[in-house]
Amino acid sequence: MSAEVQESNKNSSSKQKKMAVRVDFTPMVDMNMLLITFFMLCTTLSKPQTMEISMPSNDKNISEADQNKVKASQAITLLLAGKDKIYYYEGQPNYADPSSLKETSYLASGIRQQLLKKNYEAVQKVNELKQDKVNLKISEEEYKKKLAEIKSGKNTPTVIIKATDDSSYRNLIDALDEMQICNIGKYVITEITPQDKALIAKRSGDNPSGSADQSKEGGI
Amino acid sequence: MTRVKVKKKSTFIDMTAMSDVTVLLLTFFMLTSTFVKKEPVQVYTPASVSEIKIPETNILQILVDSKGKIFMSLDKQPDLRAVLQRMGEEYGVKFNAEQEKKFSVASTFGVPIASMPEYLNLPSDKQDEVLKNEGIPCDSTDNQFKSWVKNAKEINPDLRIAIKADSKTPYAVIKKIMNSLQDIRENRYNLITNLKTTSEE
Repeated sequence: MSAEVQESNKNSSSKQKKMAVRVDFTPMVDMNMLLITFFMLCTTLSKPQTMEISMPSNDKNISEADQNKVKASQAITLLLAGKDKIYYYEGQPNYADPSSLKETSYLASGIRQQLLKKNYEAVQKVNELKQDKVNLKISEEEYKKKLAEIKSGKNTPTVIIKATDDSSYRNLIDALDEMQICNIGKYVITEITPQDKALIAKRSGDNPSGSADQSKEGGI
Repeated sequence: MTRVKVKKKSTFIDMTAMSDVTVLLLTFFMLTSTFVKKEPVQVYTPASVSEIKIPETNILQILVDSKGKIFMSLDKQPDLRAVLQRMGEEYGVKFNAEQEKKFSVASTFGVPIASMPEYLNLPSDKQDEVLKNEGIPCDSTDNQFKSWVKNAKEINPDLRIAIKADSKTPYAVIKKIMNSLQDIRENRYNLITNLKTTSEE
């Protein structure tokens, strides 16, 4: 500031026109910084992501179950149990034999491997498609169209997700996430049947060592 | 002589350029910002790889906390007022103009309809405290949640339903919500998630 004043004083003696028109912007900058800070703290830059799902309506449930029976050879059923446990079986389970239920995990080495193996063809095709897109061989719309085609193709598996009441919302999202990663187009969330529940109970009862099992039987 | 003068002048920094930059940044933040909505409960959404962004308008957000309490929020004030009037008619609860106004400016709601007038009479800082412990009932005997969604959807058919639930929310609650939505034939809805960072994969 002092420099400015001096300058103007000196100038005033000789020529009025040359008077400094410089404005000190420091307070202006201060204020702006304050406002920026305010806006930065009050905003959410990352918009939340969403997953779109469409559920069958209630009255269609019965026909859905029938459809699943028809496709039993292509079906995988995921059972989401409590304590972040996940079980699956392919096709129809043997309700008498708990070992037909296989335990796996939400990790990349768990259920994803199984689903990728089952959906191998489609995954291969999708990867090729992605490569084409990267090389700009096909347009965005074309990519989407073909992707949908592959996902609903003939030999793709159908995944049935059944969650128990003990499982958490996170488990459900994780399971749905795997569908997206493994490019599975046909999946459905249905209610768990008492038989499935019993199967889980039997299976998890099997896991502890023999002595624990015996004590349980004694109790019953 | 000239050297001394130069030294004296150098203490003054020209802030014009700095000011330009800050104004630019300010403009950017003002234009891109969407303000954080005040939510009665803290909800940590689970992460997913989905990259679909949620639309900004016409959203009916269903907020579910880790204990299973349900709250709802609508983004249009006229809609909120209309929905409240309809709910009042359905459950035989009367609201005066003052209460309706208070309801329409609140960001999130979630108290049983019977205690709604009482709740709206409270000063806004008390409301927050009360709201935390309430929640919209969603039982098979008293499914007010279903009525809220149904009425909201009738008033604004373009409404999209988005469920924002905590990652620890038991599936039983989610199932109740999904079943209620199925009952009123709302079969398409969004689940709000975070973007999964690649390091987690």
